Amino acid sequence: MDTEKKDILILAIESSCDETAAAVVKNGRQVLSNVISSQIDLHKLYGGVVPEIASRKHIEKINQVIEEALENAGVTLDDIDAIGVTYGPGLVGALLVGVAEAKAIAYAKKLPLVGVHHIEGHISANYIENLELEPPFLCLVVSGGHTHLVCVKDYGTYEILGRTRDDAAGEAFDKVARAIDLGYPGGPKIDKLSKEGNPDAIPFPRAHIEDSPYDFSFSGVKSAVLNYINGCKMKGMEYNRADIAASFQKAVTDVLVGNAMHAVKEYGLNKFAIAGGVASNSSLRAAMKQACEENGIEFYYPSPIFCTDNAAMIGVAAYYEYINGTRHGWDLNAVPNLKLGER
Amino acid sequence: MRILAIDSSGLVATVAVVEEENEISKTIAEYTINYKKTHSQTLLPMLDEIVKMTDMNLDTIDAIAVAGGPGSFTGLRIGSATAKGLGLALKKPLIHIPTVDGLAYNLCYTDRIICPIMDARRNQVYTGIYQMDGDKLQVLEAQMAVGIDELAKKLCTYGKPMIFLGDGVPVHKDRLEKELMTDQDIAFAPAHMNQQRAAAVGMLGIQYYKEGKTETAMEHEPDYLRVSQAEREREERLKAENTHE
Repeated sequence: MDTEKKDILILAIESSCDETAAAVVKNGRQVLSNVISSQIDLHKLYGGVVPEIASRKHIEKINQVIEEALENAGVTLDDIDAIGVTYGPGLVGALLVGVAEAKAIAYAKKLPLVGVHHIEGHISANYIENLELEPPFLCLVVSGGHTHLVCVKDYGTYEILGRTRDDAAGEAFDKVARAIDLGYPGGPKIDKLSKEGNPDAIPFPRAHIEDSPYDFSFSGVKSAVLNYINGCKMKGMEYNRADIAASFQKAVTDVLVGNAMHAVKEYGLNKFAIAGGVASNSSLRAAMKQACEENGIEFYYPSPIFCTDNAAMIGVAAYYEYINGTRHGWDLNAVPNLKLGER
Repeated sequence: MRILAIDSSGLVATVAVVEEENEISKTIAEYTINYKKTHSQTLLPMLDEIVKMTDMNLDTIDAIAVAGGPGSFTGLRIGSATAKGLGLALKKPLIHIPTVDGLAYNLCYTDRIICPIMDARRNQVYTGIYQMDGDKLQVLEAQMAVGIDELAKKLCTYGKPMIFLGDGVPVHKDRLEKELMTDQDIAFAPAHMNQQRAAAVGMLGIQYYKEGKTETAMEHEPDYLRVSQAEREREERLKAENTHE
């Protein structure tokens, strides 16, 4: 009897923000290719992502990125079993490019179409390099647009324990970076400058929300940084940008680590993962690693290439959705405010 | 030769399959919808309906014609990404039909000057000025984004009977009648001919295909006729800074 299981190959497409990406993923865990065309230099001119420009770049690049992903994986569309695509949340015009392209390819090749939630993708990035990682675990998703503390109960089953009440963590990094003239994107620049500063120099506030211990708020610490700078300027005082960066980063990190560890213990989980663009931040990684070690918790994190927006993570998420039976119709639309777990 | 045509540049979404065999062309199927659903929700289901109804094998098409702009930025990209995805998967070339040319071709065989008008907001219209020579479309003024007054001024210089169509007509009809009625013979296309029709895009596509005017799915991108608001504002700011120096 032929018991050999056929490999399942997913072609995944991601265009929710300013990265045009495509990837081929085998059996949900093995990345055969991962192509990312970043527009970041273009958006730097405007101090942030301009939705219309992002959408225009996506349409210019998308076919090239997809063809490269297939070529790098050494496969053709005939080898692909399903098409996965991010359909939310994100910038609607940007999402629509990937969604329309994915639908057309799936339709023409008579392949199943699997819509993927962008955050589900980020969480699933952890499965790529940690083959032993399986749910349940706790995951902190931190990026320019999202700050979510999620209990991953099973593949495709999520409970959001906490989220930001105002700014996303990455958004606060961008705004503070602008205030100290570091430019866009702020995260990596603050991370770098912080290494030269004293994280305990300025006591910026750590927000804790009374009735929901896992929620976050970063607008307060951001305002405190802006007030501190204004105060220095008014008094004609010099201020140390590296100290501001390091102290701000520490304040954000403390809250992220604190809430995460609280949740891990409360839910009795012994595995913790981080994901999203800000998960590349070296100070956050180091603090999380230490906290996990102290609490006897296994700590997982993706390589930076899988933290940034990419399609490999979408391919992994699409694989588990696919084997769970998720299929989308030809009327699939972009859903800019898609909720995690909604299908 | 068989062409799949798509236009989602304006309010309507429209898909057609047209053919030419032994110099005889025909529309196999056309599906046009002007409804509140988004083009993202309608375009591919419409194509699927056509394919099912006509028992068509998509591999039998020779090229995909798409209204390549101007139009709603998002609408253009939905049509464009759909065409690019189909082109990539089917390994077929694309044909970029200027949106306004496609609209004008609805009124094939009229003796009048044809002037499509699409509402472009910011007090502008996307338009062009055309004339038919049998079934050949002559472009008198290529598609452009201009103010309605400037368009009226241009049209006055032709001194010929003219006909208008497009989703910009209801917005600008009174203005055009006021500016042009006194000494010009003007008419407005009836409702069944005044909006984008993919069959017209497809018929122009057949002509383009025979002239070798195709592009790869990778090469294709919409022609918006306008830069984004952010780019425009940045250019204005840089210009202002330069003149101040």
